[in-house]
Amino acid sequence: MKKTANKKNDLVKNNIPWIYSDIVKEHFFNPKNFLKSEEEKTFKFNAYGEAGSPACGDLMKFWIWIDPKTEKIKQCRWRTFGCGSAIASTSILSIMITEKGGMEINEAKKIKPQDIIQRLEGLPDIKIHCSVLGDQALRNAIDNYLKNK
Amino acid sequence: MKRIYLDYAAATPVRPEVHQFIKPFATDNFGNPSAIYLEGRIAKQALEQARESIAKNLNCRPHEIIFTNGGTESINLAIFGVARAYKKFFKKPRLITSRIEHPAVLEPMKQLAKEGFDIKYVSTNKFGEVNLLELKKCLNPQTILVSIMYANNEIGTIQPIEKISALIKDFRKNKYLPFFHTDACQAANYLDINVNHLGVDFMTLNGGKIYAPKASGILYKKNGLSIDPIIFGGGQEKNLRSGTENLTSWMGFSKALDLTQKEKNVEIKKIKQLRDYLQKNILKIPQTFINGHPAKRLPNNLNVIIADIEGESLILELDKAGIAASTGSACHSHSLEPSHVLESLGWSREKIHGSLRLTLGKYTTKKEIDYVIKILPKIVQKLRNLSAIKTTK
Repeated sequence: MKKTANKKNDLVKNNIPWIYSDIVKEHFFNPKNFLKSEEEKTFKFNAYGEAGSPACGDLMKFWIWIDPKTEKIKQCRWRTFGCGSAIASTSILSIMITEKGGMEINEAKKIKPQDIIQRLEGLPDIKIHCSVLGDQALRNAIDNYLKNK
Repeated sequence: MKRIYLDYAAATPVRPEVHQFIKPFATDNFGNPSAIYLEGRIAKQALEQARESIAKNLNCRPHEIIFTNGGTESINLAIFGVARAYKKFFKKPRLITSRIEHPAVLEPMKQLAKEGFDIKYVSTNKFGEVNLLELKKCLNPQTILVSIMYANNEIGTIQPIEKISALIKDFRKNKYLPFFHTDACQAANYLDINVNHLGVDFMTLNGGKIYAPKASGILYKKNGLSIDPIIFGGGQEKNLRSGTENLTSWMGFSKALDLTQKEKNVEIKKIKQLRDYLQKNILKIPQTFINGHPAKRLPNNLNVIIADIEGESLILELDKAGIAASTGSACHSHSLEPSHVLESLGWSREKIHGSLRLTLGKYTTKKEIDYVIKILPKIVQKLRNLSAIKTTK
């Protein structure tokens, strides 16, 4: 009797959903492309941008390498101070702009928070405005590249 | 995986002795205490015995105990109950509280401000101690209530309740206003709750923090003080809290309070030792800062600022590692506002986002604390590696 009750309890525990989607979970716990401390001096980049503020709880930094010939983003690294969805949204954005041979900077500049949220399979309403700032940091980086070209 | 629960300030499990004690009231002795037949009389008698037991622990009389469905309700009853009963005697009635109260106090105050009351919020020092000089200056002839918490839920700082009640008594001289209410929800497990020692007119206690069922609590109301009800209906609890008596939970409350008072001294010693051990080891992580008063603090509370990381991320990582904890970060709250308590201590918002609260309890073991000590520095390092803020290397 007691055994079945315990089993049932475990089942309930195991089926409790996490607070964000599975893809957010993956990118939060295993973030891709963040700038490791040992890469600080070696990572080659020709554009840098940031967005957010520590006081608001989110700060994102992007370092990107844009191929000067094709103007495609070939490599990128990031760092984020923020909540789970802030970290995951920066991580997924780093994939979006470098996958399939890299995104052209004109296309990359058009990325909106909604595009990032879609790739994350949604975020809680309360998180949408505060935690998705990666697109701004990226735009700032591209503008920085264009200005220095 | 076995979970490590370190959020006892948020909720406590119902302890087995209490669970055992209340079972018959859920099943067999379920009668409505207002009924005059046998089942009702059994329930009524049990309820009155519970009231007597609570009164004994508070060193007051049984009729001074009003049962409620928890801390928020007791506090609302005290604040709105006093505000509504005495409003008519004053042009601009004043209520005084502190900046670091629980939302259960601050939100009623905000509502009463809208209704024309004059609300004063007393500031604290960097340890979270209420500024008594400022409090004294706020007292005026229009003041009807002062509400100051006994121990803070976030940082554990203990307020000098006896001093505050003396200060208020000194001000009111032979008059009976202002009244003094204290929110003692976090205090009951570890501090003196003798109302004669404390000198309070109202005191709130919450079952959900003392190993009793949630949605159980009491408001102590000193003999003879008259307040208005906030819930209207069948007139239970001397017309101050209508609604069928929540017998099972309230029985649990009385039992839990009795046990927690008896075990207090042993518990304090045990829990403080574990907390101090945890604190010492957490402070080995660079750029960490303890919140709350170094000495005048609940023995189970540990609130620490960890620079360069954000609290929600930290809670998610700890959760994955099997540890339940809490943070004052905005990103963790319904309101997206960072902790008002930590702001009152003078911390910048950036730092508040990196706060972690660990609250120990009855069932916390050395083994669990050792695991936290092992795992926390790794998680902090991982998040600091990701972080765009680097005050640490």
